[in-house]
Amino acid sequence: MSAGTLYDKVWELHRVADLPGGSTQLFIGLHLIHEVTSPQAFAALRDLGLGVRHPERSVATVDHIVPTTSQARPFADSLAEAMLQSLERNCAEHGITLHGLGSGRQGIVHVIAPELGLTQPGMTVACGDSHTSTHGAFGAIAFGIGTSQVRDVLASQSLSMNKLKVRRIWVDGQLQGGVYAKDLILHIIRTLGVKGGVGFAYEFAGPAIEALSMEERMTLCNMAIEGGARCGYVNPDATTFAYLQGRPCAPAGEAWQRAVAWWSGLASGPEASFDDEVRFDATAIAPTVTWGITPGQGIGVDEAVPTPEQLDADERPIAAEAYRYMDLQPGIPIAGVPIDVCFIGSCTNGRLSDLRAAAAVARGRHVAEGIRAFVVPGSEQVARAAEAEGLDQLFRAAGFEWREPGCSMCLAMNPDRLEGRQISASSSNRNFKGRQGSASGRTLLMSPAMVAAAAVSGHVADVRRLLAAPTSPVGTAPEVLSEPVLSAACQP
Amino acid sequence: MNVPSFPIGPVRSVEGTAVVLSGDDIDTDRIIPARFLKCVTFGGLGEQVFADDRLERGGAHPFDLPEHQGARILLVNRNFGCGSSREHAPQALMRWGIRALLGESFAEIFFGNCLALGIPCLQAPHGRIKALQSFVEANPSTAFRLEVDAARLHSGDGQAWPLDLAPGPRQMLLSGQWDATGQLVSHDRELLDTAARLPYLNAFSTD
Ligand code: SF4
Repeated sequence: MSAGTLYDKVWELHRVADLPGGSTQLFIGLHLIHEVTSPQAFAALRDLGLGVRHPERSVATVDHIVPTTSQARPFADSLAEAMLQSLERNCAEHGITLHGLGSGRQGIVHVIAPELGLTQPGMTVACGDSHTSTHGAFGAIAFGIGTSQVRDVLASQSLSMNKLKVRRIWVDGQLQGGVYAKDLILHIIRTLGVKGGVGFAYEFAGPAIEALSMEERMTLCNMAIEGGARCGYVNPDATTFAYLQGRPCAPAGEAWQRAVAWWSGLASGPEASFDDEVRFDATAIAPTVTWGITPGQGIGVDEAVPTPEQLDADERPIAAEAYRYMDLQPGIPIAGVPIDVCFIGSCTNGRLSDLRAAAAVARGRHVAEGIRAFVVPGSEQVARAAEAEGLDQLFRAAGFEWREPGCSMCLAMNPDRLEGRQISASSSNRNFKGRQGSASGRTLLMSPAMVAAAAVSGHVADVRRLLAAPTSPVGTAPEVLSEPVLSAACQP
Repeated sequence: MNVPSFPIGPVRSVEGTAVVLSGDDIDTDRIIPARFLKCVTFGGLGEQVFADDRLERGGAHPFDLPEHQGARILLVNRNFGCGSSREHAPQALMRWGIRALLGESFAEIFFGNCLALGIPCLQAPHGRIKALQSFVEANPSTAFRLEVDAARLHSGDGQAWPLDLAPGPRQMLLSGQWDATGQLVSHDRELLDTAARLPYLNAFSTD
């Protein structure tokens, strides 16, 4: 059993009561809400005659269903409009802060909470969305929940939970130029499998993790869930504190020093013990691309689609399904596979550093003939910051569409979707069958820089070659410590 | 529709008239057709329960017959609720007014979804369910009382039918443990104590 880890400490601090049947009632420090998984939960509260116990600890935004071309109301899709109206009504009725369209703070829920400074080390964070693991980048214990649990958090600011085991994922060395946090997590999932993390929280540690910026740590923790781990986290350090300082909802004044002292003490100490440990060498990781229908079916960009003989027996049935669905022959090199659509965005890779990394590839080049490429910033703040740097102009000049913020083609609940058997290079997190809005559409997951490389090449391409070429001076993603765009007082 | 409040806390008994739905393997797609799943709330599901079957039978479906309006107990046969795991199916039945099901057998996920709403599903052998269904069809206005602890159905005129309910679900219903929300809200004192010791809720003062 793990002991002395950040996970253990945060769990103990938030333990409200032991419940019959062996589960724990856990206090939820921050509850994030969006339009898709909350309406039934609010309705259930109403049915039970209950109110929201601590509305000041819930924060809402709208992201999944918003169109990214025109966000004028009412939306053309009447069901999307009804969902947003329902969220607006529920938040108004219960006194919950809603960062709506045009507020300057709207965006994908997992992008806005960190950039507002809402997500902090040592918190428990819950949201009706599986990629809530993102917030673990700050040393928070953050996990996705179902609609009936959203109801429970609204009613009681707590959840009935079972404690997870803790696996430390230790990464030595440094990521090389053109290799990003996305490649690291795709590599980890490829190695441990999509079910490898079931029952575990992942602690990411080691020199390569310490060197990551906060935005890269978010990308890493975001996809812990795709490896089966309900939450993933990084111990808070100077990088974490530097990111948080000055954000609208971060502690300020005298409280800041006390906060940093408390946060520093939460990290897993040298005496911490783990249920399991796995080691990786960052230096050996190449830009990674998925070729199949699970995020675990990834390979280095210089590799070939694996043949059945190269796979373990238990991987062969899903691989056979993937060959058929993706129409990719075993043994063909992944570099060179033609692409139809390129998508840069999502809660995995829709932040400013992601757009900068993609822009570094797109600069001075043009989207290849016949390819539709678009960039969807993760939030209004990301969009405005990118526009202030001229990234929108750069992308437009290179033939990309520049859109309004939202989840967009990550799950295609809005009008952005693949058609027919189109194949996309996508910076999102799921390559499941039909995920991007067409029942036969195909998705290759990769880093934003790799998506940009695919866009300008017309096929899967090794971004390291493009970065080495003279048009583009930039290597790895730059550290982002930009000033928060907003300075208004925090509302929750 | 006049629907009573939804279950909360311990479920010890269910009272009301019954409605019979004969047939084996009635799946969740028939209980609530897939096109009703894209919804903002479960609120409308009560009217949509068995929508396609009811349309097909043009008012002759048991759920449309005047004598069964207000029924609280549903009598079914074998493997009721099979198919997709959609929580919408028990929700739709509950919102129509059903508070307990009696049948020969239930699909496992459906049984669990009902339990999570505080709706008991009790079993009895083929012969006893058939006899009970015939009795209800002949006497639709008979009011019953279902005792969860004794697993027994009583009619107003003194008849009683023994039923089966496994000890686990029975205990969950009687103690109110099926209701996670109820348990969580009952610990408000402990919740405030926890909040009081969390630095980030107290301006990071450590004392
Ligand atoms: S961007 Fe995709 S994964 Fe992230 S919250 Fe939106 S739909 Fe979910």
